[in-house]
Amino acid sequence: MSIFNSLRDRLSKTRNNLVNRIKETISGKASIDSNTLEQIEEILISSDVGYYLSNKIIENVRTKMLNTKDRTSDKIIFDVVKSELKKIFDNNSTSRVSESNNQAKPYIILVIGVNGAGKTTTIGKLAYNYKEQGKKVLIAASDTFRAAASEQLEIWSERAKADIVISEKSVDPSAVAYEAIEKAHKEKYDVLLIDTAGRLHTKSYLMDELVKLNRIITKKLNRAPDETLLVLDGNSGQNAVVQSDEFSKTALITGLVITKLDGTAKGGIVFQIFEKQKIPVKYIGVGEDITDLQPFNAEEFISAIVDIN
Amino acid sequence: MFEDLALKLESALKKVRGQGKLTENNISDTLREIRRILLDADVNFKVAKDFIEDVKTKALGKEVLSSITPGQLITKIIYDELVHVLGGNQSEIKINGSGITTILISGLQGSGKTTFSAKLAKKLKDNQRRSLLVAADIQRPAAVKQLQMLGEQINIPVFSLEEKDALKVVKNSIEHANENNFNTVIIDTAGRLHVDEDMMAEIEHIKNYVLPTETLFVVDAMTGQDAVNSARIFNERLNFDGIVLTKLDGDARGGAALSIRSIVGKPIKFISNGEKLNQLETFYPERLASRILGKGDVISLVEKVQENFEEIEADRLEEKIRKNEFDFEDFLKQIKAIKKMGSLSSLVGMLPGLGSQVKNMKVDDNALVKTEAIINSMTYQERKKPKILNGNRRMRIARGSGTSIQEVNRLLKQFSEMQKMMSQFSKKGFGGPMLKNYKFN
Repeated sequence: MSIFNSLRDRLSKTRNNLVNRIKETISGKASIDSNTLEQIEEILISSDVGYYLSNKIIENVRTKMLNTKDRTSDKIIFDVVKSELKKIFDNNSTSRVSESNNQAKPYIILVIGVNGAGKTTTIGKLAYNYKEQGKKVLIAASDTFRAAASEQLEIWSERAKADIVISEKSVDPSAVAYEAIEKAHKEKYDVLLIDTAGRLHTKSYLMDELVKLNRIITKKLNRAPDETLLVLDGNSGQNAVVQSDEFSKTALITGLVITKLDGTAKGGIVFQIFEKQKIPVKYIGVGEDITDLQPFNAEEFISAIVDIN
Repeated sequence: MFEDLALKLESALKKVRGQGKLTENNISDTLREIRRILLDADVNFKVAKDFIEDVKTKALGKEVLSSITPGQLITKIIYDELVHVLGGNQSEIKINGSGITTILISGLQGSGKTTFSAKLAKKLKDNQRRSLLVAADIQRPAAVKQLQMLGEQINIPVFSLEEKDALKVVKNSIEHANENNFNTVIIDTAGRLHVDEDMMAEIEHIKNYVLPTETLFVVDAMTGQDAVNSARIFNERLNFDGIVLTKLDGDARGGAALSIRSIVGKPIKFISNGEKLNQLETFYPERLASRILGKGDVISLVEKVQENFEEIEADRLEEKIRKNEFDFEDFLKQIKAIKKMGSLSSLVGMLPGLGSQVKNMKVDDNALVKTEAIINSMTYQERKKPKILNGNRRMRIARGSGTSIQEVNRLLKQFSEMQKMMSQFSKKGFGGPMLKNYKFN
């Protein structure tokens, strides 16, 4: 309940915008006309749901409304839009993490994404969450590329009271990960979080580096990382679909983290990624505080955006 | 996906050619496709709508030339308008001739401010500016350290303070710059959300204190629909001078740039790609326009249309020759076109249908200069109707062009011979060998 409320608070700006606009759109109209549908399209597209998917949803809404006798209530149209959005998640919300893996020790989470998406901040928050659950947490600073990346991560590890492996001598991200896995095994850590350098998915040599990192981890563990999280900026437009396609080629992505949702961006791109690739969203980032990482819940997410109070 | 797109466009364009004028009807399919393309490129919903409406209003009623379809014409018009909007009031950043030039860098988290700040410092240093980087991002962990490390790489000092007040850091940095003879100060600020009142107030205070020579808004090229909201509010608070577009080395289409450009009307001043500190690029509106419209489909189409436009010019010329209306105005246009292409020899290729026959023609490239000068000294009427050129007029032209009356006479004689030949061409079809021995001199 508290998470739900807090999420709703965080997303209230977004919600109020959308709700007011939808209200304007449909109030005082006897039936749903093409103009109304067009305005719903605007709302969906403005949330980065994308042209193709927005129109697919609109089409479904239109069809459903044709069979609905009472078209006067805005609540009915809301419900239909909501249920269409929800359907996308329902069809795809199979977890990619097997139960046995959940017991694995150390539970290894690899965090990847483009530059500036919020990987390092997310790791700090994840470390804090696991610490709060009473886990012994280790962080590997495998972003050996960006200036001061390990210093930034070190500050987060202090805030979360987690331990960190920083290699003074190695610039090879795989070597840092390897060292961290050994330490995690030896000192019986519950969770190991591996940070990586931000990379644009178009740079093949950097994507190759990620493949190598994944291979080294897999070899060392005798299994793939238990989770590979792709961090996406909530401000992302349609390119996020391409990003998730390309990053999927380097590792089996088990979940998405959508960051920066405390602004006015809607993060609607996740619907397309869900529909296309069946990658579930695990967390959303709603601020710069260490507590600002929320588990993703489809229903609450959609409600927080679309629902009337 | 692109193939699908290309197919749709093709079918939208497979309308009857040469439909007279552009009408709502004959361009509606194309406009719908273009709208979709813009939305897929992350152009804001409203911006895309207004943009297409504007272009449509301007375009309706325009004459459609014979060899293209209304769809092609409207696509070309949209492309041109896109280039125009993206490139309008292009400008460099301002640099003060004397005193300190201050540059304030603003933007959302993760947009690329710190990397850009270092790149800009490097660029200005290469231009002999004594630059100081200021680490005013006291929010993000190790942001100061990051700037220091970048500064070290490019050998530019970084000002920082153990301080929880960004404004104080900035105030001290300006003093420091004054005392140490720096003439350029680049202030890297914390990333902030436009809805974060405290943080927006902070950067506003910095701006009001520094009164920067230049305030830049850094935006990630991968940004979606919300770009307009953040840009609008940053602009309301800071009235920034220009936009920096980052991460264009990915494959995002960058439609957000068009949205921001349309909403705030500020120029795009830099493209910041990659993490190497010398990767700061000049902005080319044509490239971004092509990118927004997508590779492989619309662009090849636009190119095709552009080729067609040249053909249309040629068609017009041919028509004039056929009707025996080729005058000095047309001649001047041809000369100018040739000069653009480089040499007189290429005139040969420009005259429609004459290419192979005049291959052996001897041409003197300098002759063009005199010829052009003579034509330039004619009035419009004289160019249109060379017959009215009597002795007095010829004398005036010779004086005006710095040539002799003999030279003017020679050109007129050649021109009338040329006209004669042209009319023969048009009667016999473009077949005869008459131009072979013609000499331009």
